[in-house]
Amino acid sequence: MNRRDILRRSAAAGLLATPAAGLLAGCATSGGDDKSDAGTYKGTKSEQNPLGVKEDAPLEVVIFNGGFGEEYAKAHEAMYKEKYPKAEIKHSATQEINKTLQPRFVDGTPPDVVNNSGAGQIDPNGLVSQNALADLGELLAAPSLDIPGKTVKDTLLPGAVEVGSYDGKFLVMNYTYTVYGIWHSTKLFSERNWQYAKTWDEHIALCKQIKAAGIAPWTYAGIHPRYMSWPLISTAIKLGGPSVALAIDNLEPNAWKSDAMKTAADAWYQIVKDKYILEGSPGLDHKQSQTAWCQGKAAFISCGSWLESEQKDVTPAGFNMTVAPTPSLGSGDKLPFEAVRGTAGEPFIVPAKAKNVAGGLEYFRTMLSKKGAQDFTKKVASLTVVAGTTEGVELPFGLATVVKALEASGSNGFNWVYNNYYRKLERNLVDAACGEFFSGRSTPAEFLDQCQKGADSIAQDSSIKKYKRAA
Amino acid sequence: MRHGRYPLIVSFLLPPLVLYGVFVLSPYLQAFQISTTDWLGYSAQADPVGMANFRTLLHDGYVWNALKNNAILLALVPVLTIALGLFFATMLTMGGRKGRAGVSGVRGTSVYRLVYFFPQVLSVVIIALLWKEIYHPNSGLLNGALRAVGLPAPTWLGDPRFAFWCVLAVMVWSNVGFYVVLFGAAMQAIPRDIYEAVLLDGASRAVMLRKITIPLLWDTVQVAWIYLAIAALDGFILVQLMTNGGPNFSSDVIGNRMYDTAFGSETKFGYASAIGVVMFFLTLSVAVLALRAARRDRIEFS
Repeated sequence: MNRRDILRRSAAAGLLATPAAGLLAGCATSGGDDKSDAGTYKGTKSEQNPLGVKEDAPLEVVIFNGGFGEEYAKAHEAMYKEKYPKAEIKHSATQEINKTLQPRFVDGTPPDVVNNSGAGQIDPNGLVSQNALADLGELLAAPSLDIPGKTVKDTLLPGAVEVGSYDGKFLVMNYTYTVYGIWHSTKLFSERNWQYAKTWDEHIALCKQIKAAGIAPWTYAGIHPRYMSWPLISTAIKLGGPSVALAIDNLEPNAWKSDAMKTAADAWYQIVKDKYILEGSPGLDHKQSQTAWCQGKAAFISCGSWLESEQKDVTPAGFNMTVAPTPSLGSGDKLPFEAVRGTAGEPFIVPAKAKNVAGGLEYFRTMLSKKGAQDFTKKVASLTVVAGTTEGVELPFGLATVVKALEASGSNGFNWVYNNYYRKLERNLVDAACGEFFSGRSTPAEFLDQCQKGADSIAQDSSIKKYKRAA
Repeated sequence: MRHGRYPLIVSFLLPPLVLYGVFVLSPYLQAFQISTTDWLGYSAQADPVGMANFRTLLHDGYVWNALKNNAILLALVPVLTIALGLFFATMLTMGGRKGRAGVSGVRGTSVYRLVYFFPQVLSVVIIALLWKEIYHPNSGLLNGALRAVGLPAPTWLGDPRFAFWCVLAVMVWSNVGFYVVLFGAAMQAIPRDIYEAVLLDGASRAVMLRKITIPLLWDTVQVAWIYLAIAALDGFILVQLMTNGGPNFSSDVIGNRMYDTAFGSETKFGYASAIGVVMFFLTLSVAVLALRAARRDRIEFS
């Protein structure tokens, strides 16, 4: 055997080793058949301990180490430990929730609390349809830790429970309250003497003015163009009412091609046609586009209220980022200008097979206490789903505008959840359609067609569990 | 004397074989089994569904789209990389004008050789991030250069017409260096007197490359071909980090499809394993074909 044979043989060996992606199955389905309850921790329920926490049971918490970091969670853990000094808490943080935890779910030994968030989020539909999540109903009925006379459910903002509910069961606790809107810098606007426009026609006129001043009116995350689906769908809902969103969530036939969606898509096409979008935006990711916006290269950007903390490092002093609702199309709108999309976000779950389910629920109760929520808001500049916890807390500029927008929106607030039900529909399919539309490669009709085709493919896929919501 | 060696040989061979069996072979076999189930990845429950996943696959437009891109990679990446690798290696070993025999490299050969090898030292992730910035539509190196000479500056990774080719270019760029070194080393082993003889006979450099160098390097080229073909069927890391298959699936590859199905937007591990199984057979057939097609009589010169 000479040198070349060895080379050739090693190439053949490489053959077997290279598509190592085949390894994804890992140690797969063998482990963890339904084990008996023997290994789980249960305490005695009492008035002081409504969830029946075993006081010395260890608690394992896995946090998504993203925009919010992990310090806030350590503070919550310390609060839990204060109440249960004998409990040992195992804390870890990762950016890859799915890859880190998948084997443990299969094995039947998941952690007790998981912050299922970020790009490595486990598809919630997958977890729900495999009965991998503990029912959090008991938590809702339990009394709040430090708001006297109220159950946990009573302390939550409207919509917080619905977002995490699947077929009527509350399975995912979304901790933050996020407002989606259009952001601008009041500093830039007052310097230039611009006024945020309340109607679409005025908005287009303003865009023209901004462009004439040498600034791009809009930019967006071209690599994640779904960010632009949010204001577009919001415009449609404000025109046609919440039923527009209901139809989309329930995968009704031609929900994406409703009259309201058509009118909204036509309206938004104006900023594409008139080139009111920063050149090169289709090639920017969310950070790059947000940074361009912070540098004053563009006037508007669509984002959720995590924007302020995500941009903390690059926002110039006195930038004063402000959130505003999408402009109204006209007097025919069913919802007023002030209506914004507000929803609970940042999902937390307790796996059904966790050893310390009661501890997990109690940990949530700690997070949802006034003290826990206020601490979170202070640490990461984001609202929680607990109502009224911003009183007495000094809020950063952007977050203060979020609170104001929410108050103004009041009972007119709206939301949709198809992205929670069918992650693929928003992340892949609508995302791709938005990319084509906002870069000018497809027309409004083609855009809605592509979205509808995506929704139809989900509806026809019998391997995906479907959910319906009533209102 | 011999029997004393067997325990030694066995004790050296056994651990790697066991590791290979446990971490490579068994997952493979398991992937085959999982591909016939509807396993969703987060419970131990997986019901057999027979060949249903493969039937779905046949009609999955996104998978076909990804396969089409892999086919283009397969057709272009090995050819371009080997051609460039051979060209550079030739220049480095025999491109020099000086020297009576005409078989020395261009000036500064050792520096070039080092520079060509740089991409090979970087991890693929770094390469992906590096090029993502180079392709940045507004502040990237590439568009900066284009604007400086007054040319239009496209959005590269944000444009479905270019995104895939941008990734392909990076794939070639990151591979060439290794093959320059590999071919260069093989060329060093070719006896100089052969070149001197053909030069005396009046052969040009191109003829020399075609008639002497390549035939004598054929084994090495063949190995390069197989490696590159396998790499072309993968391409996952670059695509996932640079474009994640976008825009509008224009740069999708089969590896990315598999990843997205299992870990990305869905948790269909059964279906993802079916994609993996298809990938396995594709890679296997491509490698066998490449070996067959490239088979020639070996030329011995020593």
